[in-house]
Amino acid sequence: MARPSTAEKVVEQPKAAGPRVPGYAGGGPPPPPSEREEPVISNARLALLMFLAAEGMFFAGLIGAFLVFRLGSAVWPPPFQPRLPVGVTGVNTAILLASGVTVNLALRAIRAGSVKYLTRWLLATALLGGIFLAVQGYEWIRLIRFGLGISSGVYGATFYTLIGCHGVHVLGAMLWLFAVTVMARRGRFTARQHSGVELCAIYWTFVVALWPVLYGLVYLY
Amino acid sequence: MSEKLGFWRTYLFSTDHKTIAKQYFTLGLLWAIVGGLTAYLMRWQLAFPDTEVPGWGFIAPDFYNMLVTMHGTILVFFVAMPILLATFGNFLIPLMIGARDMAFPRLNMLSFWVFALASLVLLISFFVPGGAASAGWTGYPPLSAKADYTGVGWGINLWILALALEFISFLMGGINFLTTTINLRAPGMTFFRLPLIIWMQITAAVLFMLSVGPLIAGAVMLLMDRTLGTTFYLPEGGGEPLLWQHLFWFFGHPEVYVILLPGLGMVLETMPAFSRKPIFGYRPIIYSTIAAGILSFIVWAHHQFISGMDPRLAMPFSITTIIISVPFALIVFAMIATLWRASIHFSTPMLFALGTLSVFILGGLTGIFNGSAPIDIYIHDTYFVVAHFHYTLFSATFFAGFAGITYWFPKMFGRMMNETLGKIHFWLTFIFFNATFIPMHFVGLGGMMRRIANPMEYEFLKSLQPVNEFITVCAILLLISQIPFVVNFLWSMIRGSVAERNPWQANTLEWSAPSPPPHGNFETIPVVYRSPYEYSSPEATEDWLPQDRPLTPSAAARQ
Repeated sequence: MARPSTAEKVVEQPKAAGPRVPGYAGGGPPPPPSEREEPVISNARLALLMFLAAEGMFFAGLIGAFLVFRLGSAVWPPPFQPRLPVGVTGVNTAILLASGVTVNLALRAIRAGSVKYLTRWLLATALLGGIFLAVQGYEWIRLIRFGLGISSGVYGATFYTLIGCHGVHVLGAMLWLFAVTVMARRGRFTARQHSGVELCAIYWTFVVALWPVLYGLVYLY
Repeated sequence: MSEKLGFWRTYLFSTDHKTIAKQYFTLGLLWAIVGGLTAYLMRWQLAFPDTEVPGWGFIAPDFYNMLVTMHGTILVFFVAMPILLATFGNFLIPLMIGARDMAFPRLNMLSFWVFALASLVLLISFFVPGGAASAGWTGYPPLSAKADYTGVGWGINLWILALALEFISFLMGGINFLTTTINLRAPGMTFFRLPLIIWMQITAAVLFMLSVGPLIAGAVMLLMDRTLGTTFYLPEGGGEPLLWQHLFWFFGHPEVYVILLPGLGMVLETMPAFSRKPIFGYRPIIYSTIAAGILSFIVWAHHQFISGMDPRLAMPFSITTIIISVPFALIVFAMIATLWRASIHFSTPMLFALGTLSVFILGGLTGIFNGSAPIDIYIHDTYFVVAHFHYTLFSATFFAGFAGITYWFPKMFGRMMNETLGKIHFWLTFIFFNATFIPMHFVGLGGMMRRIANPMEYEFLKSLQPVNEFITVCAILLLISQIPFVVNFLWSMIRGSVAERNPWQANTLEWSAPSPPPHGNFETIPVVYRSPYEYSSPEATEDWLPQDRPLTPSAAARQ
């Protein structure tokens, strides 16, 4: 409350009319006089990245649980349990990795403004993802026939939980991809506006990049 | 923005962050009543075992187990989180950063309705055959992993489902909080001009989002054990019960800071406004918050010193636990230094803020006992631990929550609360809270275990029974002490004197909006010129200097 005479000169009083010239205090730079600037990362993208961080921690929890059982048992896989199909799944891994390339080619296509190539690459991605899921499903049926059940011990349970959770994510990514493909065919995306493709591509890449880690741990390790 | 919305869109399916905040608050208060009822039933049973509880009836041991479980679950997940995080985060973040609403208003509405669904599922779980969950709020397997062990079938399945829905809801909320704070700040609102409660809220959101994944993974496995016949947690099938404890506490420890940090944030907002002084150490508080957040991920096993985990882990986890008290000590000292030589106004919010501080200090001190493995081995699972976490969580949830609600009530509802009733409420709460929980430390040191339904069954606890009776009387009085608040809250909402824009003469942006703010909050988006706590600045005629008041051109030129 000190020095009211000088203080009145320093701080603009609430009712004082006049130009709102931005000054500053507290050592920061003067604020821009206009409305807020464009954010560096768009809202949707930022939200997706944070969601993926949480998803990453979810899989970290599952992988941690897997490692607890894997490191805690002397023999892995336990005796009298079927072996996992390493070779077929290896080829399947290559297929899923290829879909990670095609989805980014789709993104590159729309950045160059080509809706035609965008649609083609999206369809290629969906096809590769579909093959991956189909092969996974086929192998699951074979494993169940060989007697690897979900309740026959932690070996089967961790396998189905970890690989199943990833499979559900691939399925979710496929649905999203289909929605984006339909929108692409209707011409919703241009070289300047294609955030829908971009977000889907980020998610797809996440799901693809997760797979080699799981393959290495569950099938090879 | 100005078009009229119908009843449903205005009150129920609203995308307005302020309405959503009030919805969370209402639901949180309703759950608090249920939580208080469980406390009353448990305390009566402990003080006067196997007598008829007035207004209820007899309490069987398995019903007592259910009470213990649901008390913890309700208070942590359905009272503390919706009130501290969702209510105040939703209400304050857009207003304090100068935004018209959240970044994703519809996601915000969805997050509330998923939370409402979680509440419904939890409510239903009380009425299914076998009753509600009764394996403790921590749900340790193998007790929780097989229906035969507790006699509770669908109760625990629904409990897991309710928690999963709640986590989805708060995940959406957290993403919204962070995106809003990062992208929608008003011009000039740099990160180091954000009010501290915003820092606390976004730190809490980050902690929640990064810690909840492993628990969801653990919950999936627990549900599979219960329904699909897997044996993740059952030793007879090669499972590992300790795995759940690690996954649970990897989430559970950051979770206590998810609750505590917004509570501390409310104290940090209230204190400068009623001390008419800038906050002491604005940036050190922010750095401490971040440091505590990071450390909170590497302390979890201090809950498990006697669980049978590798004893070599005890030492490193004791050390990190004691290190984490350093940033919190810094925040507490910063609060005390803010009060130093201040002209303190003992209004109701300030009393509750001071109450939070004093109660939290005691809770923090007993935390050091619990965190050191050599001491914890003796006091683990006793009422000492119960007293400890009520001192920390009650202070964060209720003292800080009351500080927050009495401070922002004028902004939320456009009316003032009654000061006399508020002060009566504070003193009764403060006295009976301490009278309830200080003796609990002694009962705990005397060896009384948590979660036992009848202490009289143990010879060595019989001498402690008078203390238990005293605690129960005080606990019931503590519950009755909340009546002045309920009366004050409801009466003030309808009949309170009309609040002006800035009744506390505070600096942060929400006070430059009308009380209550309309849909869209501000007439024009404010421009921010300074940090949020410039009270008693020599540059201003009054003893406050709002964040959005510009300097005159000549003064600006001189800088």
